[in-house]
Amino acid sequence: MPSYAPSAPASLALPLRRSSYFPIVFSVLFLLTFAGSYKLAQVQPLLLFEAEGRRNIWKFVAGMFPPDLSWSFLSLLGRPILETIQISIMGTVVAVAIGFPLGLLATSSLTFKGILNEREMASSRPRALFYKASYLLARAALSLFRTIPEFIWAFMFVRAVGLGPFPGVLAIGIAYAGMLGKVYSEMLEHVNPGPLEALQATGASKLAIIVYGLMPQALPNVVSYTLYRWECAVRASAILGFVGAGGIGQQFEISMRMFDFSQVITLVAILFVMVAGVDALSARVRRAILGRQRV
Amino acid sequence: MYQLNQVSKVFEGRTIAVDDLDLKVRRGEKLALIGPSGAGKTTLFRMLNLTIPPTSGTLLFDGLNVSSLHGRRLREVRRRIGTVYQQHNLVPRLQVVHNVLSGRLGAWSIWQAVRSLIQPREVTLAYEALSQVGIPEKLYDRTETLSGGQQQRVAIARALVQNPEVILADEPVSSVDPALAAGIVKLLIELSETYRKTLIMNLHSVDLALAHFPRIIGLRDGKISFDLPAAEVTDEHLAALYVGSQTEIGEEVPSLAELRPVRSCQPRLTT
Repeated sequence: MPSYAPSAPASLALPLRRSSYFPIVFSVLFLLTFAGSYKLAQVQPLLLFEAEGRRNIWKFVAGMFPPDLSWSFLSLLGRPILETIQISIMGTVVAVAIGFPLGLLATSSLTFKGILNEREMASSRPRALFYKASYLLARAALSLFRTIPEFIWAFMFVRAVGLGPFPGVLAIGIAYAGMLGKVYSEMLEHVNPGPLEALQATGASKLAIIVYGLMPQALPNVVSYTLYRWECAVRASAILGFVGAGGIGQQFEISMRMFDFSQVITLVAILFVMVAGVDALSARVRRAILGRQRV
Repeated sequence: MYQLNQVSKVFEGRTIAVDDLDLKVRRGEKLALIGPSGAGKTTLFRMLNLTIPPTSGTLLFDGLNVSSLHGRRLREVRRRIGTVYQQHNLVPRLQVVHNVLSGRLGAWSIWQAVRSLIQPREVTLAYEALSQVGIPEKLYDRTETLSGGQQQRVAIARALVQNPEVILADEPVSSVDPALAAGIVKLLIELSETYRKTLIMNLHSVDLALAHFPRIIGLRDGKISFDLPAAEVTDEHLAALYVGSQTEIGEEVPSLAELRPVRSCQPRLTT
């Protein structure tokens, strides 16, 4: 009768379990980082519940009600609301205008890599270097644009061109050009290269390949991402007013400074409606495009 | 039409895809390339249609040394060579008419090309090409709604609209239903006879090649294994060509007697 009790030879046959210290080391490192950050960031949850904090919070919340819905206040808001939407639209347009061409240059499969460039890159060395350099420059410009937050850009443009909505447009235009260009280039690099190769073989120029092969394939993603960025631009343009770049943010800043919290809550509600509206609109457009794609 | 002298293609300095190849193709000739997977057929085609340059050797197209060409001059020579691919390589979201007319991109300016996307130009040309391949009614359909065989016909129409001197067909029937494969091969041969084009076709299917082409070239390990009139290709030639390589259906060596149309294509069907 066979015995199923584990015997010495059987356990020897088991593959050796490789143990490693890495998980332990990394767990300890993570815990230390966490503890350090907790201390350095001066996290003190109790501060919220101390007498001073409680009083301030109460003043803030109680001041919000009832919301200021007086005509004299609301009539002030029409223009800034419109301005905010316009800043976001113009900012996104500027961002696309700057980001799209840079995004094309930053698409490696278009400028120097892969099947579309084999011959041109082999034909002369200076030209190859030129293409590669333009790619690197475009990438550098894009990452500079997006590493500086739109808030800082707005701050600088207010100094450059004065108060008003225009610096807001420029700030969103530049900062978002960096994000759009980067994401566009990633989308363009991931389209199916087969049709592009076929178009090239018919003698089509690079531009024609972009128009006939690249864009039709990437368009749904490009449009969808641009709409998403527009939503973000609405949110951003709502606060750019804090540094004097027009829109509803300016009113925010004034009401905050006057400790007029009943106006602040009205503004928050308006902002919520605006962002939700833009959200719904772009979701609808996106669904229309992506739905058509699956036909 | 083509003259290749000691042409080699080496990828990343290691993988030798095409090895010291000499080849002459006369204008108007029809020839089929056969050989096991990985023999360098597709690489050879990419060199023939000027997509990739040879690593060494000279490639003359119509007496013209193409190695130093770039920019506009290169595109002008590419216009004279039409290519039909295994995977159709059409843009799925565009209407058929635009995919067919993209054969004209080499001749159009960029503005004409952009305008044509809005209001198609030379529609009659596209319609005639589609009639030639037997699907004129698909003119305004979205390309991705077509079946694999229909898409391959659109790709052939694109090559017709391009009106090249040479048609290169790189395994044009490997991704269509086997029953349609012979039809498409015949179509390409008829069209190139009618319009006096040189036709070079890459085929997985030995029997299709032997049945339709006067000249057969066997390619193995980037070298020419034989270059003979179809009538002179024997079982020994084929055995030497395919020795040690698995064919698509798992047979060691296909013989003339065993080959049947249904077995001669890749089993994968595209919908």
